[in-house]
Amino acid sequence: MSITTTELGVLLAIAVMTLVTLATRFGGVFAMSFVRISPRIESFINTMASSVLIAIIVPMAFSGDAGAIAALSVTAITMLLLQKPLPAIAAGIASAALVRYLF
Amino acid sequence: MPNHSYPYQLQSQKVRAEFVRLFPISLFVVAFGGAFGLAAIQAGLAPLQAILMSTTVFAGASQFAALELWGGEVPLLPLIAVVFAINSRHLLMGASLYPMLKDVAPGKRYGLLLLLTDANWAVSAQDYQNGRRNLEVILGGGLVLWLAWIFGTWLGVYFGGLLQNPKSLGLDMVLGCFLLAMALGGKKSPRVLVAWAVAAAASLAAWKWLPSNTHVVTGALAGGLIGYFWLDRKPVGPGTEEAEST
Repeated sequence: MSITTTELGVLLAIAVMTLVTLATRFGGVFAMSFVRISPRIESFINTMASSVLIAIIVPMAFSGDAGAIAALSVTAITMLLLQKPLPAIAAGIASAALVRYLF
Repeated sequence: MPNHSYPYQLQSQKVRAEFVRLFPISLFVVAFGGAFGLAAIQAGLAPLQAILMSTTVFAGASQFAALELWGGEVPLLPLIAVVFAINSRHLLMGASLYPMLKDVAPGKRYGLLLLLTDANWAVSAQDYQNGRRNLEVILGGGLVLWLAWIFGTWLGVYFGGLLQNPKSLGLDMVLGCFLLAMALGGKKSPRVLVAWAVAAAASLAAWKWLPSNTHVVTGALAGGLIGYFWLDRKPVGPGTEEAEST
């Protein structure tokens, strides 16, 4: 099944993407409204929340170039030292740019 | 649950403050949007179509992935599968906000979720870990990120040549660095660190061996299982290292 990219076809494809994405935005909350929030469930979702971040970042580091690895490690070190997000992010991005400029 | 009192009241002043708070990161989102706009034109979308997509889909990674499928025809099932897989993290992100969202009337609740995206969710989730209930950032922060994404797409569509190589400036790493800073800014207990190690291992395993774009959900669920079996309030956790979804 394919959509031909005529004017109407593109609009249809965009509509499909919008609906699928909307389903992901609504779905988790909708499903949770049928779950009783026990301490165990609460603990599950809290641990899961920060694990989402780790599960995005770690494969990003492993699949990235030297610049990506530099950015993430410098961000981590700066964040652990200063506990301030903005300097940590800025330092990370700058080091990616620097590493890519040099190598 | 038929609980008809919704105690969480969004404060408009705080919504505005969160709009301003995420303004710096949204400048980077403009750059990403620019990259998307340019890529969309190159893939054959008309300018208004690219802007429409950014306005209604508002999920960058999945939009880039959709462009890979673009041509004279767009295969429907792969399009649905890729967009769903990449955006399935929203399911977990939304679920993690449920303890706060259940205190908001359903109309507003789903209205807020229209603006749910990585950056504003990360702030809200970390605030919640640190004992602050902050749904205002979903609205205020989401709004500034959404506008930045649309504006960036518009720039890229019409002036894409200006920013040929955002990678050389490190701009592709903004979101990764932001999310990492959010993760490290939260509270770290032994339980959380074990969960992170499991999440990291599971996401890497999924990235290597499972179908593409399943690694975020796999890793997050594996980390969540640690929380499920190891509760914070108990003095000593029964160290459960079994991550079934690896």
